[in-house]
Amino acid sequence: MTRHIETLKRILFVLCLLPAARFGLGVWQDTLGANPIEALTRGLGDWALNFLLITLSVTPLRRLSGWTWLGRLRRMLGLYAFAYACLHLTAYLWLDQFFEWSEIGRDILKRPFITAGMTAFLLLVPLAATSTNGMIRLLGGRRWQQVHRLVYPLAMIAVLHYTWMVKVDVARPAIYGIVLAVLLGLRLWWRYADARQAFLASQPPRLKRVIPIQTRR
Amino acid sequence: MRLAGAAVAGLALDARAAEKLAIQVRSAYSTEETPTPYRHVTGYNNFQEFGPYKEDPAELAHGLRTRPWSVIIDGLVQKPKTLAIEDILKLAPIEDRTYRLRCVEGWSMVVPWLGFPLSALLRQVEPLGNAKFVEFTSVTQPDVMPGVRRHTLPWPYREGLRLDEAMHPLTLACVGLYGEVLPNQNGAPFRLVVPWKYGFKSAKSIVRIRYTETEPLTTWNALQPDEYGFYANVNPDVSHPRWSQARERRLGEFFKRPTQLFNGYADQVGQLYAGLDLRKHY
Repeated sequence: MTRHIETLKRILFVLCLLPAARFGLGVWQDTLGANPIEALTRGLGDWALNFLLITLSVTPLRRLSGWTWLGRLRRMLGLYAFAYACLHLTAYLWLDQFFEWSEIGRDILKRPFITAGMTAFLLLVPLAATSTNGMIRLLGGRRWQQVHRLVYPLAMIAVLHYTWMVKVDVARPAIYGIVLAVLLGLRLWWRYADARQAFLASQPPRLKRVIPIQTRR
Repeated sequence: MRLAGAAVAGLALDARAAEKLAIQVRSAYSTEETPTPYRHVTGYNNFQEFGPYKEDPAELAHGLRTRPWSVIIDGLVQKPKTLAIEDILKLAPIEDRTYRLRCVEGWSMVVPWLGFPLSALLRQVEPLGNAKFVEFTSVTQPDVMPGVRRHTLPWPYREGLRLDEAMHPLTLACVGLYGEVLPNQNGAPFRLVVPWKYGFKSAKSIVRIRYTETEPLTTWNALQPDEYGFYANVNPDVSHPRWSQARERRLGEFFKRPTQLFNGYADQVGQLYAGLDLRKHY
């Protein structure tokens, strides 16, 4: 099984590079439209958000399908979300602002959608930094998990960043919002359901409803 | 980046079947700057009636019915008038007016528009003494305009100018571009072009012009007054709440260029705003 997972990871690694390759080709061949830099910046942002949501869908998918091996793909997907977020941020800092730091600073302070985008990115950094096996060991599983719960607020802020950027038509950000709500809602629901189950299991047997067994003759 | 080279190639590939429009007068108001390639001018548009994305108008505007077309001129006038587009086209010699266009979103182009001064059209009626503004109303054809069906904005699209702005020789009654009649996605068959203001002031596919005494309620201004003022003069020193207006990206260029006050038309229009606080009246 481990060998299959390794093969799968290699395939996935290449697949995740495809959007970046497409943008690279688009810049090279000038097929990104009239405003290629805007198309590139926004496209990279879309993919950062796509990978974030794909990463967040691993746990629900694993639970629904029972395929526990899915969990072993999660780190790579999360790191791709970070990689695309880095490219997205670089496109903004370089191609949009040309590293004019005073202008960038003003943008972050004055413009809510930039503030949100930057916040989401900064929250993503510790998650990427603690993604190695060594860091997991160092932090201990429990603490590591606590740190990585940052992904929930981070994803909400990222969707907000997209929503606030849009002028009037929020159809696309709304789709991201709905998908995120489902992914987080499932977790909440399962948490509630599991807690209830644990509670019921912890009760003394006499409180349990006795279901009479009818035997058929 | 091979933007420039590819843009030229793209121009040659355009299969144009549009009706030609002869230029009768070369205008001194035209800029010598290189026009933005035809495919960008006609493929990267904000025309919210057809959708929120820049590619939507080029894709969907073919359904727009531009004939028969007439423009009502009414409001505070002696005698309201309805003009057929055929007559509007004959009102004045068609001039070539290559203008810079600066969008409030931070990009710009250079467009070789065709048209004549709007004043020639406005003079077709006699305004009353108390008329101070003009309001422009764009067409709504819900069956071919998905944006209108989805109520993305309060339709119809409305814009407005102060009367002296509307009468200014730079203000263009536009009926074409690149030597042909206006493509639908650019606001056929008749639109406004006000080159020193952000693009949204230049209403497309106009069906009604109304003289008013008070400042007309314009679409974007009514929707988000802190983001889109009534004047909307291009001004690098007054930022939009969501981005700076200090620089702009000219389509086809890699580096951003500084935005000019009144989009570079300060010499011609500056005196219109003498004494007006441009930070307050943005």
